[in-house]
Amino acid sequence: MKSLISIELYKIFRKWRTYIGFAAVTFLVLLIQFAISLGEKDAASRLTNQLSESFLMVGNLLNGYFVSYMILNAIIVNIPFLIVLVAGDMLAGEATAGTYRVLMTRPISRFQVVFSKFLSSLIYSFMLIAWLALLSIVLGLILFGSGELIVFQKGLIIFAKDDIIWRFILAYLMAALTMCTVASLAFLFSSLVENAIGPIVTAMAIIIVFAILSAIPIDFFQTIKPYLFTNYIFSWNLFFEDTLNYTELLKALGVLIGHIVVLFGITAYIFEKKDILT
Amino acid sequence: MNYEKVIEILGLTKKFKNLTAVDDLDLTVLKGDVFGFLGPNGAGKSTTIRMMLSLIAPTSGTIKIFGKTLLTDRKDILRRVGAIVEKPDFYKNLSAYKNLSILGKLSMGEVSKTKIMEILELVGLEKRYKSKVKTYSHGMKQRLGIAQALLHDPDLIVLDEPTTGLDPQGMKEIRDLLIMLSREKGKTIFLSSHILSEIEIVATRMIILDNGKKVVEGKVNELLNKNKLKVTFEVNDINTTKNLLETTAWKDKIYSSLDNKIVFILEPEEIAPINKFLIEKNIEISAVIPTRSLEEYFLKITEKSTK
Repeated sequence: MKSLISIELYKIFRKWRTYIGFAAVTFLVLLIQFAISLGEKDAASRLTNQLSESFLMVGNLLNGYFVSYMILNAIIVNIPFLIVLVAGDMLAGEATAGTYRVLMTRPISRFQVVFSKFLSSLIYSFMLIAWLALLSIVLGLILFGSGELIVFQKGLIIFAKDDIIWRFILAYLMAALTMCTVASLAFLFSSLVENAIGPIVTAMAIIIVFAILSAIPIDFFQTIKPYLFTNYIFSWNLFFEDTLNYTELLKALGVLIGHIVVLFGITAYIFEKKDILT
Repeated sequence: MNYEKVIEILGLTKKFKNLTAVDDLDLTVLKGDVFGFLGPNGAGKSTTIRMMLSLIAPTSGTIKIFGKTLLTDRKDILRRVGAIVEKPDFYKNLSAYKNLSILGKLSMGEVSKTKIMEILELVGLEKRYKSKVKTYSHGMKQRLGIAQALLHDPDLIVLDEPTTGLDPQGMKEIRDLLIMLSREKGKTIFLSSHILSEIEIVATRMIILDNGKKVVEGKVNELLNKNKLKVTFEVNDINTTKNLLETTAWKDKIYSSLDNKIVFILEPEEIAPINKFLIEKNIEISAVIPTRSLEEYFLKITEKSTK
């Protein structure tokens, strides 16, 4: 299995589309940080002015942590579109290229094939979020320095310097888990067709539809909202609350992991039964 | 003679909705056979091969390879099988070497560079081993397909139209390679083709498949009846020819006559004397066309399938 996963990762990183996600994240993070660094004084003073009406503010408010928090908030909702580019291609891409014929005539089980591809998609999702984390925090700290983190969660919360890093690590892990759910969805669609465009577009459409449904304030949609994985895209924010809400955290973890397990289960079943005709 | 069964297929059927691609097929391939699997395009050859390699599931029937049931012992079986299914496709953005390294790893664990280079040399690709497969011609991909099939030294080699897209020299090299693998290395070869002459050169036993059904099975030299030929003579005057032959021993060799064609059943060495006889009697001969009964039959089903 280790060998299969390394082969799958090798294949993933030999495709140019894999780098679209990394390039887009790099571009956005650099752009946001560059823009903030150019208007740093204005932004800092605006923020200080607003807060100084109620608080006495000292220290560096616009620091690397605050910028990283802002970046994660701003771009997390768009990262699913980068994830599906790779996950949607994992199975359908082999069908399009006709390589199932050489792959599936090897002495490996279908489950091994589908599981190694699935794990590789998840690893890719983690790597993309890890890249986002590394770039925004390290570069943020270099450009803007360190300091306390101010967040607005049902009120103003200030985290001390030594109380921030663990929150970011867990927040990025939670964000990665959300992206794994997106990858699992695209992976399922990838098992259904023989062209990678279909799964990519369908997964994107579902994310958009679910996000819209979650936002509509109608009772019926609000009833189903807790079961839609898109509702948990911002669950990483739970780690930036003064006291961690374990009930909400466990609920988010349960829904996301549940989605991943069920989506993979369906994919594995479809793949086991599939006739390789391409 | 070794009668160990390498492939044993019983009642194999595959239906795609209303289409029966393979219909109640039985066949047996013995150890050391070069087994010709002949049929026109769309006869069900590739579907059968896909079922033999568990790429698709049969609707009914059983497949045993090396005495093991494919359904339950798939991995054990595939460890000893090398195959090309239809046109060979590879990871186009990887080199031939890397493709073989990956596929070899999946078949037998780590493969040495020496082993990969040996195989590439065998199929004549050693000079292009670093080139990405997307720069390969169809013929080169076909050779690489054969290389990946032989990489893990399989006991059974299943080849689906392996000479498609090759130039005449390439076709000959592949045929020679198959003959060598069978005679010198004792490999069992299952060779699918829609070209009778290819099967005739390489195979020891064969079946012909048409519309998913087996229509002919046997030893190639017996089926192709190498001693008897159906020979058509195209002549200028059919009546005079028939009258001339009436008083000779050739009369008994006439199979049919129509328009300006007279057909004989002859031994190969009888063609020249009868030709000489007719010329001496001032009969103008515009063509002499030897055909074998099986060839004629195969041409008929091939024509039917292309209509």
